[in-house]
Formats: sequence, C-alpha cells, structure tokens
Amino acid sequence: MQIIQPHYHGIARTAQDYERMAMSGVVAVAEPAFWAGFDRKYPETFIDYFHQISDFEPTRAAEYGIRHFCWVAVNPKEAENTELSREVLKEMPQFFEKPTVLGIGEIGLHKSTPNECEIFAEHVQLALDHDQLILIHTPHLEDKVTGTKRILEILRDFPVDPDRVWIDHAEEHTIKMIQDEGYWTGFTLYPITKCSPKRACDMVEIYGHERLLINSSADWGPSDPFTLQECVVEYRRRGNSLQQAIEVFYNNPVRFLAQNPKFDIPLVRVEEIHEDSASPV
Amino acid sequence: MLTPDQVMDNYFLEARCMLIEVAATLDRYDRAVENSDNPPASDERLAKLYSSLSILADQSGPANRSERVLNHFSLPTD
Repeated sequence: MQIIQPHYHGIARTAQDYERMAMSGVVAVAEPAFWAGFDRKYPETFIDYFHQISDFEPTRAAEYGIRHFCWVAVNPKEAENTELSREVLKEMPQFFEKPTVLGIGEIGLHKSTPNECEIFAEHVQLALDHDQLILIHTPHLEDKVTGTKRILEILRDFPVDPDRVWIDHAEEHTIKMIQDEGYWTGFTLYPITKCSPKRACDMVEIYGHERLLINSSADWGPSDPFTLQECVVEYRRRGNSLQQAIEVFYNNPVRFLAQNPKFDIPLVRVEEIHEDSASPV
Repeated sequence: MLTPDQVMDNYFLEARCMLIEVAATLDRYDRAVENSDNPPASDERLAKLYSSLSILADQSGPANRSERVLNHFSLPTD
C-alpha cells in the first residue's frame, strides 16, 4: 500500500531508512524544521539548515524514489531566544519560493514562556502575510495540555483559516480541543512518548479520520519511522478496508499538504478489476 | 546498583507509556462492549487485569510486585 509520511526528520536518519521506507510503500515525506538537540547561536546556522532540507535532502530521498518536501521555522525551543528568532524570521520568505517548501513549521510552544508565545505569534503573522500553510508542534508530556490550550488562545487572535493549520502531537487529552476549533490534528507515533499505533487507531475509531494526519516524526531521539507502517497494519487488523487505510495514511496527507500546489501528488482510489476469464491472455 | 533518582530518570517514561497502554486497552474493551449486540456478561481475563492493578497500587508492600503480578496471572498450584 502507498503511504505518505507527513512529518519526518530525514537529516537525522540514514539512507537505509529511506530505502526501507521506499520498500514499505512510502512515496513522499515532509520534513519540518526542528530542534537540532542543541541551541544554535547564529541565524546563519538556521539558513544553512533550511538549505539542507530544501535543496540537499530531496536529492537523498530521490535516490529511493521518494518525494521530499519541507517546512521552515524557528522551532519552539529555540524561540526562547527572541533576537535570534527575529533574525531568522527575516530570512524565511526567500525559502517560500523554493519548489519543495510547503509552509511554516514546526512552530508552537515548548514550555509556553512569554518569549515562545511572542515568536509563535510572529510566525503565524508571517504565514498569513505570505499565504503559507502552518504546522504546529504541541509540547511534550506534562506540558502538553497547557501548551495546546495556549496555542489555541493565541491562534484566536489571528484570522487564520483552520483548514490550513495542522496541530501535531495530539493525544487523548488534547485531540478534542483541537478538533473543536476545526484544525487538522496530528498523531505522532513514538516508541515511548507521544502516541502508540494502537492508541492512534483507538482515536481514529472514536473521532473519525476527517482532518487527521498520522506520522512517526522519526528524529535523532528514540523514534522509529516504521511505527507508521505498524499503525497501518493495526488499522487493517481492525477490519478497515484498503481504501479506508488509504484515506488515513495517504489521501489525508494529500488533502492537507496539497493546499500548497507544490505538493502535486494526486489522491488515490482503489479499483478492483474483474477480468473476463474467457478473454485471451 | 542504580540510585532511586537514576531509576526514575531511566524508567519513568517507559513505565508511563506502559500504563497508558493498559488504560487504552481497558477503554478499547469498554467501547467494544458498547458497540456489541451481544456483549459478554463478564470476562475472567478482564477481571484479572483489573484486580492486578491493586498490586501495582500497593506502594508500601514488598518490592516483588512483578512476582506477585505473575502469580496473579498463574493457575493455582495447590
């Protein structure tokens, strides 16, 4: 089955991951800009990073027939440094012109500090000014509920179209507040934190698959890109059809991401072919 | 041997993950019962899961909870 990995940090992964993803049906990935594991000191470091994910990383993925797209942003953790963040924000519009950049992300909150909130709001304004899609990271563990509520409060101050905003890393205690405001919701599958494949399938059963994006993120920490395929198997094990699985793991990412026309991958529908057994071969 | 802090540092998230998986499994069962035309009156395995949780909640008991949980899920030997 063809699937799309809508949140994937390719620079932290090996070529072997791309190869195995290609062998297990992945046809496209989208890479948000994120924290490198340490706080960067210079705006130029971010600019080089944006070039890496918009110029070089697509060539690595293409080796295995996978389309690679990306997002640019100052991640919520480094947004604490407002001076650095604003320097980077000034440079971001040049990347909106690149053929594989889909929008601004992942922005959001980490510890929900006043500085983080300011820079989050400035990213949202930049997205509105340049008509960009928005991808939002919600905080980890004990900070998730507070941070998600704060993100929703801040968004209410802007004329954003909820259909163009994806709020990621939702779990059982945050999905409803996101869906109630009409945003796209993401589940991120991790081996230990965030969400598991089984719990993701539970939430699809409870809340339906509309405006839902499932991903495995896959970064430099404990993570596994193939939790997405594990989730596909769990979803099918529960009796869902191939077309239903395609809606969740392929067509939904297309529906959201193709709001930026650069994501030119078409929707897919399964068609059964019943050949006439009497026909010549 | 690890210090108490090291045990929490190393295993807190993993234990949290496993507890949430147990909670999600129990919720999944309840939803399946609600959606079933012919739900089972009871299930011994489910009862065993619920009763095992009291072993985990026993904070003052001896440090052999895994042994007690395993015994709880074992057939009687007498």
